[in-house]
Amino acid sequence: MLDRAGTPVKDETTRRVRFRGAGFVPASSRFGGWIALALVIALWQAAGSARLVNPLFLPAPSAIVRAIYELAMSGALWQHLSASLLRIGVGWLLGTVAGVVVGFAIGLSRLARSVGITFISALFPIPKIALLPLLILWLGIGEEPKIATIALGVFFSTAISVYSGVDAVPRNLIRMAQSFNVPFATIVRKVVWPGALPAILAGFRITASVALLLVVSAEMIGAQYGIGAFVLQAGNLMQTDQLLAGVVILSVFGLAVGKVIGWLEVRLLHWR
Amino acid sequence: MDLIANHISHRFGDLAVLDDVSFTVGAGEVVAIVGPSGCGKSTLLSILGGLLQPTSGAPELRGAPPADSLNPLTFVFQDFALLPWATVEENVEFPLLHTQLSAAERRALVEDALRRTGLTDFRQTYPKQLSGGMRQRVGISRALAVRPAILLMDEPLSALDSQTRELLMEDFVRLLADGGMGAVYVTHNLEEAARLADRIVVLSRRPGRIRELVAVPMTRAERGEVAAREKLLALQNQIWSLIRDEAIDAEREVQHA
Repeated sequence: MLDRAGTPVKDETTRRVRFRGAGFVPASSRFGGWIALALVIALWQAAGSARLVNPLFLPAPSAIVRAIYELAMSGALWQHLSASLLRIGVGWLLGTVAGVVVGFAIGLSRLARSVGITFISALFPIPKIALLPLLILWLGIGEEPKIATIALGVFFSTAISVYSGVDAVPRNLIRMAQSFNVPFATIVRKVVWPGALPAILAGFRITASVALLLVVSAEMIGAQYGIGAFVLQAGNLMQTDQLLAGVVILSVFGLAVGKVIGWLEVRLLHWR
Repeated sequence: MDLIANHISHRFGDLAVLDDVSFTVGAGEVVAIVGPSGCGKSTLLSILGGLLQPTSGAPELRGAPPADSLNPLTFVFQDFALLPWATVEENVEFPLLHTQLSAAERRALVEDALRRTGLTDFRQTYPKQLSGGMRQRVGISRALAVRPAILLMDEPLSALDSQTRELLMEDFVRLLADGGMGAVYVTHNLEEAARLADRIVVLSRRPGRIRELVAVPMTRAERGEVAAREKLLALQNQIWSLIRDEAIDAEREVQHA
């Protein structure tokens, strides 16, 4: 109740409205995640130092760090890493270029769409690693079948994310461009491409992890060098510190790729 | 240059939306299209602007457009249709990129269009940083840059709040004042139609037919005066009485669907 001057009047029947809008807005704190991670590693290290776990099954973080250091010093790390990076790099690039081209064709042409979607639906669900033996028969036992496996895995995911991205470009923008007589090629370059870019970059996140998964699997099936081969060998020799060193390197590589894509998104999609 | 709707009919599948609509927009004339919701106003505008193929009939042009016109029939969209990744300036320049104009000529057209819409200081901003009214000003600026003979405006104010609508309406009145540019103005707002149009095409409920062509017997300059208010209100009421019953039917129909 207000008096005439507008100041609230209190009496015994006045009570405050209960606040009921709390919750459902989880905000992550800046350092919370890092602190939790550091705590887990510290506990793990303490358990290792106190001999609570058998180092053969789970070596302490310090042992893994030492193994990585020794690998780096001996040059073995670079040998394995460069073999894997080459396969991922070439395979990912081939698959991505082909996937972007096919994705755009499906997104823009009726013929490519009817043919392309049928083939992609039929072939996409195949776990690409199952094709490695066939690809070895076709391409020999060198780098080619491994690269081809990665390229295939990357291709299908890329093609799907690109044509979904093209489909998601707001139709009103395309109509706008048409209303100004903008030619087809310019519409593709200036409207469809930037409009599809968020979906394409999101696709890169997926294909980067697909490529990592496939390179490790392919290297475990047959390779002398490569992080996958290294991890497998270490397992066979019960060198768990080496094995986990390989796993940590894979994890760091995955994180680094994620960071690069995140940086690209910030640079290219600043308008969002 | 005249724009002619020549016996235009349109169906979406089984649904007839326009039935034999004919009228002419003369050079420099502003024609508003009003009618109950779902009567095919926006469809008609898309057809007139060549963005939609009518089932029968055709949009036609008579006479030559002004020599400097780069895009005689130019749309202003309800949702602005701005490229979100492009700055204000780039959005206005977008329809000029594929033309034969030199960079300097494009620059001059963009400058002029930005100035006429009061956007000069906002050239480097992105659409998401702008209010709805400013976004639509970018849409208008982009349309002005190509020197249209006829602006095709599809409910250009209906996504905006009422104060912004008022301000932009003043801009429209100013831009259309010298009669150099005509317009087809689709709206459900009778006040906007009465304020801006030389003639008002009143469409019936779906399938849209022409119920009436109402001439507004005042210059646009006169309509800003207090004395004109009553007359304009009477005109709005006259049009409202034409479409009220059908608007009620149309509303119920939409709710059933």
